[in-house]
Amino acid sequence: MNKSLLILALCALSGLARADDVRPLGKVLPTWQNECAACHLAYPPSLLTAEDWKKMMSGLDRHFGANASLEPADRAGITTFLEQNAARRKPERHSAASLRITDTPWFQREHREVASATWKSSQVKSAANCAACHPGAAQGDFEENRVRIPAAGRKG
Amino acid sequence: MKTLTLILSLAVSAPVWAETPAELLAAYKAEATQAQPGFTPSAERGRQFFLAKRPVNDKMNSCAACHTENPRQAGSHVITGKTIGAMAPAANPERFTSSAKVEKWFRRNCTEVVGRACSAAEKADFIQFLSAKA
Repeated sequence: MNKSLLILALCALSGLARADDVRPLGKVLPTWQNECAACHLAYPPSLLTAEDWKKMMSGLDRHFGANASLEPADRAGITTFLEQNAARRKPERHSAASLRITDTPWFQREHREVASATWKSSQVKSAANCAACHPGAAQGDFEENRVRIPAAGRKG
Repeated sequence: MKTLTLILSLAVSAPVWAETPAELLAAYKAEATQAQPGFTPSAERGRQFFLAKRPVNDKMNSCAACHTENPRQAGSHVITGKTIGAMAPAANPERFTSSAKVEKWFRRNCTEVVGRACSAAEKADFIQFLSAKA
């Protein structure tokens, strides 16, 4: 018990990345929610840099193997929304050449305790499937004390 | 009467005004007939089109890959696992009620699965198959 408290205190003091990097949105753009949640979760804009979002939004016909193309007006509106709500503090931790949130240093650090078998399990399938372990993901809730990792793969 | 018929048939042949599966189907049929006089939508052709396996995208290799083989059942996205509502209007009343939405998804999914835009005839067959009563 004391050891856990000590580690917790050290973690808090050292300012390691926390779920606070998922910045709550002020106003939600309806087209962002409707379009980006059509195939997967509308991922929190604060998890990537404005530059990464811009790159992604300019190649939607080649969106990780799918065609996610939009009408120009929708594309412009969503791009602006993403840029306005993109990662601000420590942008280098929220960027990846692949443009995948799951490849960013921040994500990798946050999920370092998750066994690789968990990602491949039938309940989770992929790291892009946030809601498998974060029940409140669709509402932007990634609080650690509400995480529920299915079956095997949870440490300690 | 002739003028009214003309106006009505013009309205029906413009997809932008369609809001029911029957209207959308009529619009695609009218468009297909321009290229192919005497065209009639076929549910069987639509069924084969829906189920056909294609080499364009190895995960999304058919419509059924995401929409399942039974359009009255919910499907799931073959990559993300997200639930996709049933395609058949009989099972899901919101299907084919917005021409803008339908055109958007035809544009995306035809490019991904078929490797090109779908023709009006293919779209008509597709809706005919999904609207089948049986």
